[in-house]
Amino acid sequence: MTVLADPALAADARRERRFFLSLSLPALFIVGLAAILPIAWIIRQSFLTTGGEYTVGNYEKVLSSGLTWSALVTTLELSLGTLAICILLGTPLALALASARPRVANLLMAFVMLPLWTSILVRTYGWLVLLRREGLINAALTGSGLTAEPLPLVYNFTGTLIGMVHYMLPLFLLPVYAAMRDIDANLVRASASMGATLGQTIRTVILPLSAGGIVSGSLIVFIYTIGFFITPAVLGGGKVNPLSIRIERTLSTFQDWGSASVLGILLLVLMALIGVMFLAARRLLARNKFGAAHA
Amino acid sequence: MLEAYPDNRLARILLWSFCALAMAFLMLPTLVVVPLSFSASDLLEFPPRAYSLRWYENFFGSATWMAGLRTSLILGTLTATLAVPLALLACISINRIGGRTALAIQGALLTPSIVPGILLAIGLFFVLAAQRLVGTLFGVLVGHVVLAIPVACIVLLPALARFDWNQVQAARSLGANWARAIGGIIVPQLQISLLSATLMAFLTSLDESVISIFVASGQNSTLPKLMFLSLRDQIDPTIAAISTLWTVIVLVAVLIVTLRKKS
Repeated sequence: MTVLADPALAADARRERRFFLSLSLPALFIVGLAAILPIAWIIRQSFLTTGGEYTVGNYEKVLSSGLTWSALVTTLELSLGTLAICILLGTPLALALASARPRVANLLMAFVMLPLWTSILVRTYGWLVLLRREGLINAALTGSGLTAEPLPLVYNFTGTLIGMVHYMLPLFLLPVYAAMRDIDANLVRASASMGATLGQTIRTVILPLSAGGIVSGSLIVFIYTIGFFITPAVLGGGKVNPLSIRIERTLSTFQDWGSASVLGILLLVLMALIGVMFLAARRLLARNKFGAAHA
Repeated sequence: MLEAYPDNRLARILLWSFCALAMAFLMLPTLVVVPLSFSASDLLEFPPRAYSLRWYENFFGSATWMAGLRTSLILGTLTATLAVPLALLACISINRIGGRTALAIQGALLTPSIVPGILLAIGLFFVLAAQRLVGTLFGVLVGHVVLAIPVACIVLLPALARFDWNQVQAARSLGANWARAIGGIIVPQLQISLLSATLMAFLTSLDESVISIFVASGQNSTLPKLMFLSLRDQIDPTIAAISTLWTVIVLVAVLIVTLRKKS
């Protein structure tokens, strides 16, 4: 912005700024109404009895229940498990995509995006069909004689984890692939010409340079998986009970709004903690990069 | 990137076979439902022994499924018509103001996409229950609009960043009011991005399930809610037919957007 000497012009600029600010008000109003207010309402509800009086009883009840803590553990197990598998599968996949010719890479990216564009319910249904006792995978396993009995692949933790990895892998892949594609190919060439093996180059050049993408991808995985509902509800078969499922059950089966709200707040706190952890990780990475540039 | 290692054929073969397996993993659940939807049998046999269209007939002949489809299409259309203009105005505001204020607005608008769906769903349920609006179309609509706004913003913000604002200044100095300047200059120039944003907003609503599960009911149950309930109870091959139709529709929509972008 230029400095405006004329007061009339300055007033004009102020008026224009106010006008532009007002343009975002309708959208902000809707967000306030349908996102901020509901969260505030959850906090309020967590301190109310069914009769509408103030209480901390909901917190005592929920925090002293073993079910809450096992739900918390299940939530973390699902999130960390999904994250670990996404890193193991997604990083080599991103490397393959980044090293492919542009045309091939674009085609493969389209395949990666396809599940992203399919409804979560369609995909969950697909996994049910594949993983059932009489499903395609068990038929292949028993038919080929690899296993004598069909494996329990769905309506349990394994099935839920498979469904969640399938949902998250494309979303994890995107930032990692973007980071790897941005790596200067000359660095890899330099590393190779100085005698580093492929493994050494991946370990010391490619992975450190794509660490930022991996951290972003991990954050995305956490944000999504921490409150996952559909996948555990369908593929868990009632045996996998993370916080999201406990919230639903407390609300619809027990009609206990207060306790459901406390569980919701637990989820919010968990998210905040993870957010702080990732900010710290990103800062650490930024500092390392800065240090490396000056080394 | 790995062309510096042309001799390492083993690593290359390993990497690409891994890649092929991962692709199969990603595609399989979507593809497997297609042949099933044409099966003639009640059982989910694969490959089907006989083919028929009975599951499609079942879907189109069922009053419940049709009501769900109708609700979902109405909701998607309303969501897109509300969310895209709101997002466009907000994006103009963010683009023009700049600095910290713009970042704060952007952050506020993106919140709904970060908060877990289940929290939005139960919070919205509480708020709507207090107003006796649970089960109404309005309740779900508000929830869907708030989810579609960030999606539309992600499409529109970069488009506006490429837009030459001097054109609007010129229109304004020639006497056009703001409504005219936005409707006559910005909207036609951002046509393609606005179309993408509209489709994305529509798909966001069409695909949304968690808010619908908690807030929609009865006649206003959306297709995803009905699918969810049906998946929980039994695996009905009708879902395979719906899934196939669904995937085809979404693919066509995505193709339209990408082809439009290229031309």
